[in-house]
Amino acid sequence: MHELGVVFHVIDQIEELAEENNVTHVNSVTLQIGTVTGIIPDYLIDCWNWAVSKHDNMTDCRLIIEKIEAITHCKDCKQNYNTIIYGKKCPYCQSDNTYLLQGNEFMIKEMEVI
Amino acid sequence: MENIRIIEVKQSVFAANDKRAAELRQSLKEKKIFLLNVMSSPGSGKTTTLTGIINLLKDEFRIGVMEADIDSDVDARTVSALTGVEAIQLHTGGMCHLDADMTRQGIEALSNKDGYDLIILENVGNLVCPAEFDTGAVRNMCILSVPEGDDKPLKYPLMFEVSNFVLINKIDVLDYFDFDMDKCKENIRYRNPNVDIFEICAKNGQGISEVADYIRDLIYEWRK
Repeated sequence: MHELGVVFHVIDQIEELAEENNVTHVNSVTLQIGTVTGIIPDYLIDCWNWAVSKHDNMTDCRLIIEKIEAITHCKDCKQNYNTIIYGKKCPYCQSDNTYLLQGNEFMIKEMEVI
Repeated sequence: MENIRIIEVKQSVFAANDKRAAELRQSLKEKKIFLLNVMSSPGSGKTTTLTGIINLLKDEFRIGVMEADIDSDVDARTVSALTGVEAIQLHTGGMCHLDADMTRQGIEALSNKDGYDLIILENVGNLVCPAEFDTGAVRNMCILSVPEGDDKPLKYPLMFEVSNFVLINKIDVLDYFDFDMDKCKENIRYRNPNVDIFEICAKNGQGISEVADYIRDLIYEWRK
C-alpha cells in the first residue's frame, strides 16, 4: 500500500519535469533507493507498471532501481560498518553513538525521454 | 529515429512534499494556527485520547479536527459527538498516509476557514507510512499503547524519530502485559533523545491534563 503512494509521488514529479522539458514520452525512470528506506523494490515495480498505464505519456515506461547500501558511521571509533547487519550498535567498539551515513535515500536519478 | 535523451534529475522523491509541507507550515504560522499531527497504530486509543484532550482545551481555543481514514466517517462522528467541536473526515482513497497537499485540502474544507487556534489531524492508523510524509504540521504526536509492546520503537524507528512527543496509553492494563515501561522509554529515547514522553490512560483520564497543558504551552509558543 505504501509503495503505491510513493509511486504516485514519483509520477507527479516526473510529469512536472516532463512538462518543463517538453517531453512527449518518458521511456524509463531510474530511482536510487537506500536499503533502509523500507521500500520493497518488487512491490514498487508492480505498482509502477499499473500506475504508468494510466498516463498517456508514460505507457510502458520502465522503472530501473539502483540500490544504495546502508552504511553507519561510529562517532567514537570513527569506523564505518554495514547498517543492515549491525544496526545502531557499532560492531568494533559497541558504542551507540552512531549515525547513518547513507542508505535512506530515495532519489529520482534520471529519466530517458523522447 | 526518434530523439532519445536522458534528463538528469537527482531529486529526492520526498522533496516535492517537503517543500509543500514547509509552505503550509509557513502559512499556518502567519495565521497563528497550530496544526498537530497525531499518529499511532490502529486501536491504540487515538480517538479516545483526543476526545479527552479536546474537552480540556475547547473553552480556551477554537478547535477543528480532521480524521483521516481509508474509509468511513466513524471517527469524525465520534469526536464531534463527544466534544462538540467540528470534525471532518478525510478519505485517503486507499492510501496509507496523508501528505502535505491532502492536509492543506482538508484544512480548506473546514467550515471556519482560518478561524482556528488548533487543528488536530488524526492520521491513518499505521506506524510506517505516515512517518515518511511531512504533513506540514507544527508538531507530531505519537500514541503507543501498552498491549502493542515496549519494542515497537525499535521496530518502527522512523515513527519515533519524527515524533516530538509520545503518549504511552492504556497504562491501566500494565499488570496484564509483559510491558517494561523503563525499557520502552529507553527504546524511544534511543531513537530520539529529545522526545517528551507522557504516561496516560485515556479511558480513565489519567495523565490527560498534563498532555493538554503541554499542548497549550506549544500553542502559545507557536503564536509568538
